[in-house]
Amino acid sequence: MQKSLHIDASKCTGCLQCEMACSYENYGVFNLAKSRIKVFNFEHEGRKVPYTCTQCAEAWCMNACPVDAIAINAATGAKVVNEAVCVGCKVCTIACPFGTVNYVADTGKVQKCDLCDGHPACAEACPTAAITFVDSDWTGLDKMRAWAGKTDTAARASA
Amino acid sequence: MAWTRKILRVDLSKGTCKAEPLNMEWAQLYLGQRGLATKYFVSEVDPKVDPLSPANKLIMTTGPLTGTPASTGGRYSVVTKGALTGAIACSNSGGYFGAELKFAGWDMIIFEGKSPKPVYLWIENDKAELRDAAHLWGKTTWQTEETIKKAHQDPQIRISSIGRAGENGVLYACVVNDLHRAAGRSGVGTVMGSKNLKAVAVRGTLGVGNLKDPKAFMAAAAAGKKVLAGNAVTGQGLPTYGTQVLMNVINEMGALPTRNHRDVQFEDARKISAEAMREKRPTDGKTHLVANSACFGCTIACGRISKIDETHFSVVNKPEYWGANGGLEYEAAWALGAANGVGDLEALQYANLICNEDGFDPISFGATVGAAMELFELGIIKKEQIGMDAPFGSAKALCELARMTAVGEGFGKELGMGSARLCAKYGKPELSMSVKGQEFPAYDSRGIQGMGLTYATSNRGACHLRSYTVASEVLGIPVKTDPLVTEGKADLVKAFQDATAVFDSAGICIFTSFAWSLADVQPQLDAACEGNWTMEKLGEVGERIWNMERQFNLAAGFTAKDDDLPPRLKTEPAKTGPAKGLVNGIDKMRPEYYKTRGWDAQGVPSKETLKRLGL
Repeated sequence: MQKSLHIDASKCTGCLQCEMACSYENYGVFNLAKSRIKVFNFEHEGRKVPYTCTQCAEAWCMNACPVDAIAINAATGAKVVNEAVCVGCKVCTIACPFGTVNYVADTGKVQKCDLCDGHPACAEACPTAAITFVDSDWTGLDKMRAWAGKTDTAARASA
Repeated sequence: MAWTRKILRVDLSKGTCKAEPLNMEWAQLYLGQRGLATKYFVSEVDPKVDPLSPANKLIMTTGPLTGTPASTGGRYSVVTKGALTGAIACSNSGGYFGAELKFAGWDMIIFEGKSPKPVYLWIENDKAELRDAAHLWGKTTWQTEETIKKAHQDPQIRISSIGRAGENGVLYACVVNDLHRAAGRSGVGTVMGSKNLKAVAVRGTLGVGNLKDPKAFMAAAAAGKKVLAGNAVTGQGLPTYGTQVLMNVINEMGALPTRNHRDVQFEDARKISAEAMREKRPTDGKTHLVANSACFGCTIACGRISKIDETHFSVVNKPEYWGANGGLEYEAAWALGAANGVGDLEALQYANLICNEDGFDPISFGATVGAAMELFELGIIKKEQIGMDAPFGSAKALCELARMTAVGEGFGKELGMGSARLCAKYGKPELSMSVKGQEFPAYDSRGIQGMGLTYATSNRGACHLRSYTVASEVLGIPVKTDPLVTEGKADLVKAFQDATAVFDSAGICIFTSFAWSLADVQPQLDAACEGNWTMEKLGEVGERIWNMERQFNLAAGFTAKDDDLPPRLKTEPAKTGPAKGLVNGIDKMRPEYYKTRGWDAQGVPSKETLKRLGL
């Protein structure tokens, strides 16, 4: 089963455990500047929203890359940057409609979420289940369940 | 390392910024944050110094767990000699600023001297420089954050600043970071203002790495988080209701100080409680509470984000206050509400916004308004002096006085002195509900006896965050003790004080201690920090910090006489509730406490005690 990161922003408290987990997983340090998931704080609305790559099926970044440095991991479906091939041209950062692939000045390469080989550290670290890792074909299951729960079955039972 | 091993020394008089290595010998004895910064402070500053003179210093400090995924590992503290108290001050704040400072590579910043003109400190990793702040002076903390972020074209900068209260010499001004988190008490923001230091802006992209044993640390941090999630207070009560979960609980206990401590129960407590924040308003059908909010790294998320009722008299025609913003915490709701008999939730939220926006402590402000209302009701301060009628319960007076205090207008100037100076000025010093010049927080010590000893002996003046025996006396953490008796409270207070000093020095939030004992913190510290951090060593560190602070206060001129409560709490019994008929038994607890501490009858640490602690 292929799985996807699923984000329910209404549950996010803005603790940034996901950002620390991401940078630690990929770089061995706790460093928000190196996180591939970012939490945005819309202060005046009281909303906090985690945001990262959705792993597009037809990935703009992958199609735009002139040196084929971005490839699909067959097991996870993640679009993964091969740093050995990446030349740091940044065309993918322009191509991505969502801004989720970014240049890393320290390495001279781009980086993006690679789903941590199928065990995303952000989802594991999230204390409120705002970020979960679920069946790609059923990312809507929780929402469906919630609405299903509101269905009024009383009328039929009494009919 | 858990420590970056680097401190930044900023000479505001000369305008210089210099990096220095951290004293690692001291780090082993005082851990970090509160302990370590206080060690630097007492080693460099004359205890007799005038808090508002250039000779006073101000330290912003992180702990070894700040900037790590240890739950709540984002704390920082401001250490100085308090403007309100003249005692050692250490005010702790969450938000994101502390972690950012650590990510920039600094354990602490020591500010000394006084800048000839308003400045702000700009830190970008290892680069630090003072910049002109003429355009920021006179601005609120919110405007200051926005202006600095715009000027640097970087929304990811984190900022701590003072508002107009800190500029205007309000003696309980705070340092506000991330819009609505604050190093709140004792007037640390007043000291910052006296130095012409408007703000500290930080962008840190270096991160925290090289912990002693990262694998063991991640395991210990995860285990700690599990304990927090499984605990009724940190896993359910605080996330669901915030600290406001206490309003109805403490009122039921007859320990909610009301109308300047005349009463111990507030008839309108429910109207200003967490439950009320979650109810739909009749005016607009919306709830006051918008969202829960966590500080950096916090898996509890007690913070509240609220929206004020746009039709409330305080904000009609003021759309700048209509957005989501920092919501009421229990202490603020009590001080702005019960302490002066105001049961209007929206009015409290407005006053709270003003406190955040212009940077002053809602506890001391609210309690000072309470004292002023009593003086008004006694006919000692007249309507003409205040500029309005100000009886207990007046929401209008509360809101207007908040604004006047922020900008130092009219009677607001007098409220800005705090209740001790205000009441002394009008010949009624006994009406100030304070210890060492600092106002009580939200627990009446007639109904929770241990808190009387906590307040009387707190090194930074009356405060609940130095030994929160409410945990034991009300919630049964770690063991239930009877709130109505004095027996055993000396030992309890000492144990809480010493343990709290360790939490405050580690970089984590004291709220974890509802679920964590030192035994939960120890494995996290030991895995993160160089050295062998045993339970025994941590216990010693806590006691050492407490005695170091005590020594500073004694040298500053405080005596056993200052370890006392206002006469009201010792002579006027609680009128209602479970504590009806009781006064606080401080005179019984104090000598026991001194003995437990290894201090003499005058409250001076004995030679043996000091020697044992290496002081």
